[in-house]
Amino acid sequence: MEGIVGYGAYIPRNRIKVEEIAKVWGADAPSYKKGLMLEEKSVPSPDQDTITMSVEASKNALKRANIDPVKIGAVYVGSESHPYAVKPSGTVLAEALGATPECHTADFEFACKAGTEGMFVALNLVKAGAVEFGLGVGADTSQGAPGDALEYSAAAGAAAFIFGRENLVARALETYAFMTDTPDFRRRENKYYPQHGGRFTGDPAYFKHVTGAARGILEKAGAEPQDLDYVIFHQPNGKFPLRVGKLLGFSKEQILPGWLVNKLGNTYSGSSPLGLTSTLDIAKAGDKILLISYGSGAGSDAFIFEVTDHIDKVRDLAPRTRDMLDNNKNYLEYGEYAKFRHKIRKAD
Amino acid sequence: MSTPSRYWREIPQRYRKEANRCAPCDLIYFPPRLICPECGNRALEKTVLAEKGSLMTYTIIRVPPSQFKDQAPYAVGIVEMDDGVKLTGQVVDCEFDKMHTGMRLQMEFRKMYDVGHSGIICYGYKFVPEY
Repeated sequence: MEGIVGYGAYIPRNRIKVEEIAKVWGADAPSYKKGLMLEEKSVPSPDQDTITMSVEASKNALKRANIDPVKIGAVYVGSESHPYAVKPSGTVLAEALGATPECHTADFEFACKAGTEGMFVALNLVKAGAVEFGLGVGADTSQGAPGDALEYSAAAGAAAFIFGRENLVARALETYAFMTDTPDFRRRENKYYPQHGGRFTGDPAYFKHVTGAARGILEKAGAEPQDLDYVIFHQPNGKFPLRVGKLLGFSKEQILPGWLVNKLGNTYSGSSPLGLTSTLDIAKAGDKILLISYGSGAGSDAFIFEVTDHIDKVRDLAPRTRDMLDNNKNYLEYGEYAKFRHKIRKAD
Repeated sequence: MSTPSRYWREIPQRYRKEANRCAPCDLIYFPPRLICPECGNRALEKTVLAEKGSLMTYTIIRVPPSQFKDQAPYAVGIVEMDDGVKLTGQVVDCEFDKMHTGMRLQMEFRKMYDVGHSGIICYGYKFVPEY
């Protein structure tokens, strides 16, 4: 059986509150907080990007996996904010971990589901016997245009998963993918900020694909919502994952351990993977976890994992996700935030 | 300013903190040496530096080299790692008035600087307060 042998998270220490952003743009903070169920979001330091956060999350995954990094035969980084337009993020990551040179590397892009795409491919390469261990990472330092609704949620974080066949912390019981061509969100070449379709990002996009993937994988596994102990949905805001969970018949108790968005924001490719690391931090042997990502464009990847008793031996070898979210926070004012996110253009 | 080839040559140290050790002298060299200057031993073994250490001393840089100008002011410290090696590096994610000698730090992988808007992005280690 294949599954996760090590998992790791990374969340930057900087935060900005919804009130601080709303104050600058004359927006009504309480309505954003209530409407989107967001309180604050993570902000990367100026010297952090998708690559640096991928390295830190992967180092945490390696500590839990306790394997020789040179045995990792595949390294995949999913992000919509790769630092280079042409030059892979995965080469830096693989080199920093010590996985080179016998290693297959690729960068994935599919809006917010690029992280689970890397996980999907790494897991299935292990399943096929092509590699002994495969690493899939979801990481983003996403950008929202100043004053846009996205600015209240676009955040930063990374989650990494090493897949293998022995000493599993969670068995991969089932996978499923659901995808159509739905242009709800995009960023064209050389454009700094993305554009979204407003309400079009809801029913025909997020809800159609998340429910499609959830119903598909449950049918494939012969399972009902009550057979799962935990469920994680992509979290573009606080409201969508709770609404889609209710729609599908999941309880809040199944969703909340992996629901980080109110304090973290939307970490795009890192969003549902960070929900999974947070859930693995508290899950016990035998628990079944459903993970469903969503990426605009649009599609969802779905996984069902079953936690093993090995998790108790490795869980505290690296920082827990909630600890990184709740501790060591540094609150920014909007001016610092704008500087950190390179929203201020300086002269050359 | 780093050229891609110079940056590339330093990757094992910048990314993975690869050092080497003279076993008879019990000394670690970073960056690695070919010959131990103490005993002349050429059979140095590969090792990797500890990830955590304590701040020995620090200063605040307000007039930086050109490639660090957007980062100023910033702190640079000398850190005694848990394996005894003393390293110089930037200390980030920490307010200056909260810094003190003896504080526990750990390495994190960060961007060091960009070589302009079209050049390479140089990565390496910096120090942050221990989690």
